[in-house]
Amino acid sequence: MSFQDKLYPAPTNSFLKQEDLDKRPILDVRNLGIDFGGLTAVDSLDLMVGRTEITGLIGPNGAGKTTVFNMLTNVYTPTRGSILVDGVSTAGKKTYQVNKMGIARTFQNIRLFKDLTVLDNVLIGMHNDMSYHLVNSVLRLPGYWKQEREARQKALELLGIFHMQDMAQLQAGSLPYGAQRRLEIVRALASKPKLLLLDEPAAGMNPSETAELMDTIAYIRDTFHIAILLIEHDMNLVMGVCEGIAVLSFGRIIAKGTPDEIRSNPQVIEAYLGKQEG
Amino acid sequence: MKERKTIPMAVRYLMNIILVAAFLTALNLLVVNKTLSTYNAKVLMLVGVNVILAVSLNVATGYLGQLPLGHAGFMAVGAYASAIFTKNFDGRLPDEVNFVLGLVLAAVLAFGVGVLIGIPALRLQGDYLAILTLGFGEIIRITLNNIDNVLGFKLTYGAAGLKNIPKYTSVLNAFVWVAVCCYVIHTMMKSRHGRAILAIRENEIAADSCGIQTTYYKVLGFAVSAAFAGVAGGLYAGYLGVLNPGNFGFMKSIEILVMVVLGGMGSMLGSVLSATVLTVLPEALRSFSEYRMVVYALALVLMMIFKPSGLLGQYDFSLSRLVEKLINGELFQKKSKTEKEGE
Repeated sequence: MSFQDKLYPAPTNSFLKQEDLDKRPILDVRNLGIDFGGLTAVDSLDLMVGRTEITGLIGPNGAGKTTVFNMLTNVYTPTRGSILVDGVSTAGKKTYQVNKMGIARTFQNIRLFKDLTVLDNVLIGMHNDMSYHLVNSVLRLPGYWKQEREARQKALELLGIFHMQDMAQLQAGSLPYGAQRRLEIVRALASKPKLLLLDEPAAGMNPSETAELMDTIAYIRDTFHIAILLIEHDMNLVMGVCEGIAVLSFGRIIAKGTPDEIRSNPQVIEAYLGKQEG
Repeated sequence: MKERKTIPMAVRYLMNIILVAAFLTALNLLVVNKTLSTYNAKVLMLVGVNVILAVSLNVATGYLGQLPLGHAGFMAVGAYASAIFTKNFDGRLPDEVNFVLGLVLAAVLAFGVGVLIGIPALRLQGDYLAILTLGFGEIIRITLNNIDNVLGFKLTYGAAGLKNIPKYTSVLNAFVWVAVCCYVIHTMMKSRHGRAILAIRENEIAADSCGIQTTYYKVLGFAVSAAFAGVAGGLYAGYLGVLNPGNFGFMKSIEILVMVVLGGMGSMLGSVLSATVLTVLPEALRSFSEYRMVVYALALVLMMIFKPSGLLGQYDFSLSRLVEKLINGELFQKKSKTEKEGE
């Protein structure tokens, strides 16, 4: 089956913009599900993300949001369903191969390379951007110098975009919390993703930092022309920056739509606040 | 921020090459002119062997962040490989060629065994990996002990010991190999491959998500570590002239690990220093040799209490960084955080 058979016509509940509909979506998830033993953590999940879309994935605690991220990056192998990244299935791929296919992510609890410098963190993100062989690095052949110099320059430029070039030689673990979160995003961007997954990027941030983060997220999309899928509990951020929102509750998607639609959706309110008695 | 003066790469390399060459020449002169007694020269050779062992184990423990306990096993593979090779080709090949080929063979074989053991072992973590590698180390020793009896070869001569191995190892060539070992490991670590290995130590899941093929780099780090243990084994064989599988028991692995832990996991200079001290010290204190293991244990316990990261932590010395500081007049200023890591 070619991908066109699978994708057209687009489902009516899709929140893709018209310009995105003309091209294939960057992420197309169909009927995704995973069981842990007898427990079904996520079930029949359908999700589509346009090429330059900012999508939010929200839901109460324990709804399975991070599990979805782990399935998208094949940290967990899904029990059912299919994931297409830019039309290519991720089935059977390892996590590092999914990264090469164009998905980069950040983590809920920051996972930086704490004892290494900020620059090294970004350079590790660019690992697959360089291609020189081990022999090149041991004998220090010209290929090593050329690629290292270019990578270093690109890494510093990238850090510069996020106002972090002065921190390049600092130890990543010594950065303030907000900068660590930013560095994790920079590191993810360094691998040139087509889709960036942000797992609770605003966790632990104060309102002004969150506002700054919102600008950053929109800026990333506009500068790098990539899609962003984010998990977040901060409704200001989600409603403010996302073009489409999917609500997950007990492993199932209970609503999809624009921020306004989600805000007034009775099912969503019920999932978050419970049912009114009497 | 004012512009710092920096040294061009070529000059840095030249500086280091000259320094290493000067060191080797000085060492050689001391030996040739008999300033050093034969006994002292022997101790120096052992220092060379142990430095290679410690620096190579440091790749697996300090850089890769695993805890293998079978390093002596890889040393044994290298020792026997080079011993059998040099013994058989003694007189048929020029000595130097025979020696170098023997060591290369030792490295290649130990690398291969490292890959073979690394693939299953590195699926495990922490204690489990330690126990598994310990087991593999013992398997290698016991195999060397019994392979002749079982298969009817005349290769290792089992527990009777392999004798009459050509004694090619000298102070000069031992330290040339130390330099080669340090150079290869240093250049490997300062590349995308080395960064991948460090990333795995820091956070394996994050490394995976950054597109690093973690299994490959874990096995690579482990096998490079094994390969240089093999070289050390080959030098050891050429130093001793006699090999016995009993030399490569569990205690030898622990001894190497103690050197790395004391020096600071992740610091090459630390490994070099502590390997030197822990080789020279027991020789200097021959009369107290029964207490050696007590001192080891005590040193380790004290270290774990007062400085768990080892003598030097992850600090590594860099000549060019020192010179750069000198020409920028920063040498005696208080170290700012920005200058913690360098080339």
